[in-house]
Amino acid sequence: MMFNSRNIIIGLIIFVGIFTFPFVLSAGKANEAPKLSLDTPVINELGTEECLLDTEYMRSNHMQLLADWKVEVVRNGNRVFVNDEGREFNMSLQNTCLECHSNKEEFCDACHTYAEVDPNCWDCHVAPEVVK
Amino acid sequence: MLEKALIKESKRMFWYWIIFLVVLAGVGFNSYLHQLNQGLTVTGLSRDISWGLYIGQFTFFVGVAASAVMLVLPYYLHNVKEFGRITVVGEFLAVSAVIMCMLFIIVDMGMPMRVLNMFLYPTLNSPMFWDATVLTGYLLLNIFIGWNVLEAENKGVNPPKWVKTLILISIPWAVSIHTVTAFLYAGLPSRHYWLTALIAPKFLASAFATGPALLILICFMLKKFTGFDAGKKAIQKLALIITYAMCISIFMVAVEFFTAFFSQVPGHMVTLQYLFMGAHGHGQFVAIMWVFVVLAVLALVLLIPRKTRENDRTLIIACIAVFVSMFIEKGLTFVIGGLSENPFGEITPYIPGIHEILISIGIWALGIMIASLFYKMVVSVKRESDFANASFNKQEMRDC
Amino acid sequence: MNINRRKFLKVGGVLALGLSIAPVSGVLAGVKGKYMPNSKALTGKNWAMVIDMKKLDQDIDACITACHKEHNVPDIGNKKEEVKWAWTDKYGHLFHDNKHEYMNEEMEHKDFLALCNHCENPACVRVCPTQATFKSKDGIVMMDYHRCIGCRYCMAGCPYGARSFNFKDPRPFIEETNPAYPTRTKGVVEKCNFCVERLAKGLIPACAEASKNGGILFGDLEDPNSEVRKILDTQFTVQRRPSLGTKPKVFYIL
Repeated sequence: MMFNSRNIIIGLIIFVGIFTFPFVLSAGKANEAPKLSLDTPVINELGTEECLLDTEYMRSNHMQLLADWKVEVVRNGNRVFVNDEGREFNMSLQNTCLECHSNKEEFCDACHTYAEVDPNCWDCHVAPEVVK
Repeated sequence: MLEKALIKESKRMFWYWIIFLVVLAGVGFNSYLHQLNQGLTVTGLSRDISWGLYIGQFTFFVGVAASAVMLVLPYYLHNVKEFGRITVVGEFLAVSAVIMCMLFIIVDMGMPMRVLNMFLYPTLNSPMFWDATVLTGYLLLNIFIGWNVLEAENKGVNPPKWVKTLILISIPWAVSIHTVTAFLYAGLPSRHYWLTALIAPKFLASAFATGPALLILICFMLKKFTGFDAGKKAIQKLALIITYAMCISIFMVAVEFFTAFFSQVPGHMVTLQYLFMGAHGHGQFVAIMWVFVVLAVLALVLLIPRKTRENDRTLIIACIAVFVSMFIEKGLTFVIGGLSENPFGEITPYIPGIHEILISIGIWALGIMIASLFYKMVVSVKRESDFANASFNKQEMRDC
Repeated sequence: MNINRRKFLKVGGVLALGLSIAPVSGVLAGVKGKYMPNSKALTGKNWAMVIDMKKLDQDIDACITACHKEHNVPDIGNKKEEVKWAWTDKYGHLFHDNKHEYMNEEMEHKDFLALCNHCENPACVRVCPTQATFKSKDGIVMMDYHRCIGCRYCMAGCPYGARSFNFKDPRPFIEETNPAYPTRTKGVVEKCNFCVERLAKGLIPACAEASKNGGILFGDLEDPNSEVRKILDTQFTVQRRPSLGTKPKVFYIL
């Protein structure tokens, strides 16, 4: 019950070929996901390496957290974030996040480059000078 | 039906024309990439003249878009049969003009990638939100109407009933797009040139002169290049509409002078002085404003007497004069003039940048290209249905 | 179980869709923690400013420098595209509908401090199509640079020339970047924010702090005991262009 089976099959092969060739090309040489460096002076001084929320949550939700922060700070005038343990943080990408994570290149950029995302935070927010 | 825009009986001339327009649009696009990269610094816009060529032309083409109603309203509400042949020409002119408007808005934005913020955070108090909304609606209305009416003709049937409902909605909608566009300007404190309730009616009057003038010119071009004849009666009806609209339009420009110069309120006088006579040692628009005056008078002189209005050659000159004069008044100097006196009482000159001009030309080319493809389709459909009608009539005669 | 081809495709499709949105569910889980204002913040219901030109005279440049340094305001260097939050202009310009032919020459040309008036009835807020410009609950006319689309309608709306557009990338024109405050990017409009970031830390605006002789007073119009209200009660003060109905909240003692 298949009409034009020859054309359909050739078409399918071409289709599959085109859509899988990026994977085929890079087969076997997958880039390893970057390990994020926590080696900054401020973090090293901390007794425990502990962010304002747990690592797993931050890894998958930091963009939403920052998006909420910007609304709370700019539009609602709330500038303090209280985490589940009751610790308070000044909601500021530039002054709070980057105070600990002063290694923007290894911490932010490494993963963003790997995932090919290009957040426009840094068009305005000032990254700390790279500590050499 | 779309194939008629692309392949059906295309003459080589037509494709040269399209290629020429594509090249111009490409040059404009290249300039736009440059503007995206460098910012609006490549334009002549400044802290004081924060809107210029782009927003001026946007305003002008909203008028062109709205003017389709001058064919639709007489035909559908007053049964003016002569327009039946060309309502669809007006509707596709509206579609092309609205697309140009949207492009002029987008190229004017500092953050074009955020354009959807207007709909993500709808702000009912902002005329610009309403303008974006009604323009989008008007574009959709005209695409649906024009396409369905033409498709019905292509198939030799009457258009579906719901199209008539859309057409009736499109009539007040056309008025709304230009009214809301006027409200962009007419409610700003301290912009005295704009702060008058006359802006919306003035915009509508000039639109109903400019759009039909362009339609007449298009009809003459279609006749020359494709043999499609809109009909003398339709052209003359349009010419009469232009005559009245142009008289009202010039009247409204003129009464502003009385209010400004009889009241002697400096804020009201300054822009008119600056545009027509020069003020504070600046007068970059004086020459072009007098071109406007001369062309407007010429248009009226050719349109009002019946003899010249009914003569094709003088009518064409009159239509060009209407189009160019209103383009100067509304497309160039209305927006720039309103901003020329800054909040500190100083006059700021404005010279558009080269990329700004190329981008504008690119948008014109794109609009003309869209219109050309539409009209190619319209002419093919009309030619076939004319042929069908003619052979049908012949058949009938033979049967008798 | 009897599965025909159609059913198989349907179930398979739903499963595939489920798989493809599964990673998103984490994002939709909602944000932990809660938000509150800084306890040290200066609180007011309707912030306003009084500029006493007699006392300010010498400090005027210091005020502008303090403001522009604090907020990373670029020095573009030409009048066409200049960006300014606070600036000076002569009386004849700032109060140009309030001057006359026989006016004292010195007064007409005297430099006054100008900044956003944080109007009670701001035209810029009324025209903004995205609420990128809005009025905060303490009466400050704010800019949300994340949301601004750069349409410049607010610049046409503002009768005070208080708004600047970033015609190009401002960063190369900032001499010394304050790492604690963001810059802006090309394509957005910016203006004075009454130092909302300093108020949140319990500090008065940078310009008021830089005016050593009390030339700039900052306070709450709703509080009858505030310094600002006391001055307004006892002295003759003027606003810029009050006839436009915008109700500016920067008052001047000439």
